Amino acid sequence: MQQKKYNNVRATLAIAKASFRSILRSPSAVIFTLAFPLIFILVFGFIGGGGVRVDVGVDKASDLENPVYQALQSNRLIHLITTQTEEEMQANLSKGRLDAMINISKNAEGQKPAYRIDLQTTKASINGGAIMKSVLNNILYEMNMQGIEPSYAELKETTVEGREYKTIDFILPGQLGFSLLSTGIFGTAFVFLSLRIQLVIKRFFATPVQRYSIILGEALSRMAFALIGALFIICIGHFFFGFTLINGVRTVVDMLLLSALGLVVFMGLGFVVSGIAKNESSVPPIANILTLPQFLLSGTFFSVSAFPEWLQPVSRALPLTYLNDALRKVAFEGASLLDVSHQVLVICAWGVGVYLVAVKVFKWE
Amino acid sequence: MKENKIISVKNLVKNYGDFQAVKGISFDVFEGEIFGLLGPNGAGKTTTLEIIETLRDKTSGEIMVDGFDVDKYPSAIKQRIGVQLQAAGYYPNLNLTELIELFCGLYGIDVKPMEMLDKVSLRDKARAKYKELSGGQKQRFSIATTLINNPRIVFLDEPTTGLDPQARRNLWDLITTIRNNGTTVVITTHYMDEAEVLCDRVALVDNGKVVVIDTPNNMIDELVNSGFERKKEVKKATLEDVFIQLTGKAWRE
Repeated sequence: MQQKKYNNVRATLAIAKASFRSILRSPSAVIFTLAFPLIFILVFGFIGGGGVRVDVGVDKASDLENPVYQALQSNRLIHLITTQTEEEMQANLSKGRLDAMINISKNAEGQKPAYRIDLQTTKASINGGAIMKSVLNNILYEMNMQGIEPSYAELKETTVEGREYKTIDFILPGQLGFSLLSTGIFGTAFVFLSLRIQLVIKRFFATPVQRYSIILGEALSRMAFALIGALFIICIGHFFFGFTLINGVRTVVDMLLLSALGLVVFMGLGFVVSGIAKNESSVPPIANILTLPQFLLSGTFFSVSAFPEWLQPVSRALPLTYLNDALRKVAFEGASLLDVSHQVLVICAWGVGVYLVAVKVFKWE
Repeated sequence: MKENKIISVKNLVKNYGDFQAVKGISFDVFEGEIFGLLGPNGAGKTTTLEIIETLRDKTSGEIMVDGFDVDKYPSAIKQRIGVQLQAAGYYPNLNLTELIELFCGLYGIDVKPMEMLDKVSLRDKARAKYKELSGGQKQRFSIATTLINNPRIVFLDEPTTGLDPQARRNLWDLITTIRNNGTTVVITTHYMDEAEVLCDRVALVDNGKVVVIDTPNNMIDELVNSGFERKKEVKKATLEDVFIQLTGKAWRE
């Protein structure tokens, strides 16, 4: 039995298996990797559906059987509300909860024009009112001009066919990136710190196991867990919220490859945190210093270009910015990994820097 | 005769900065015995043990374990010893069966987890987590993990500290069984009665040095022959004997 050559692969896999079991049973890992991003995706998925919407109250006395009302009903910008009473509508209008109020009445038979429209807008929602006015003008113009040659100029509209860029297409890659960031940093830092403090690693060292087996085993299990989580998030996004995957399965594979790269870099940050932290309660503050700025500034919720100009260079220095960017390009624009090589290179450069620091500060005992 | 040296320590010195924790310790451990390192806290017992276990570097000295030099073949030594550390933890969130499977992987050896747990009477705790165990159960589980690789020698660092009398006596039985199955046992303790009952030979360690090495019996005889007398007359039983007699020997966990 003891003549058999010691098997490092087996030891590594044993650690990976133990670690994976442990992760599945640790509530914080599951919450940060899956629940947290999914909640954001659910929230934004339901709110989403294309930015602008104008809420318009319809007066109870209004005529509903006319072409103008039907045109308004089929307009995607306009949301008609018929359930509120006159007083409620007035109150909501003054608070800005309604953008406008409308009453369409039919003039006496044979009289011209056939309909009269009363539109009430509010100072509490000037934009909403303006959109409603413009939509209404458009509808009325088309109807009034029927059969009449324009005397001055005619507008010819065409819309270029394109993919609809949905909220989920922006939110999901950001949440995926954030999920990888927190799994990488928090998970790795907590595990190595607690293994060190509770002398689990010391007990390991009393067996023939090699140090690299411990690191590799932990990394493997975290990688497996994070990629299963990523796949889960992508599937939920795709099947329930219509997340765009241009090239289907190939896009998913590319996204997972990018996720794996990002996770390796973020785990490096986790090693750094576990080396710096003295005990378990000092992990969250240090880890938050690394995660929160990236969470806010790396285009997780808002596009980086929406930030003030002095802030943008900071955003463009963070690794998560590039991961999010690459994920979005791959998923929505159908870019190949070669097309996002700039982003990949920046992430790799971060990786080199992070691991140089990690090797210096990481502690075994 | 048990003259086969399985461990030999010569002039072991360990410095921590200016502080000399171990000041030239020498002793031999024979195959098949229970050898005790007996001494107060801070005497250098744990440091000595961890150097033999290849977990710590020494400052100077020579150590051979089962024919291997600790400097040259730490990996070979690790494969043939079992180590129980003072206050070591185990991988979080795993139950005992899974922990044993993990150690099987670390040692590269196949054993049935249940068989290992049977050896230390923890079969009914197979699905429990380590942190849910009582003090005595924790120590028994620790000992089970030292037996996984069917070692030639097991090292136990203060296994009975903090245990109640029942758990302590049952651990003694377990350790004796391990020795009777052919495994050499090296144990540290600061309980004199434990060393007297359990150990075949004892090294008294104080302040980083070995004061004397002998069987507990010989040491006591020598002291008595030198004219020593106890101030109080010795009774034939101790208060602990009374306690065990009245409460029974059953494990309380």
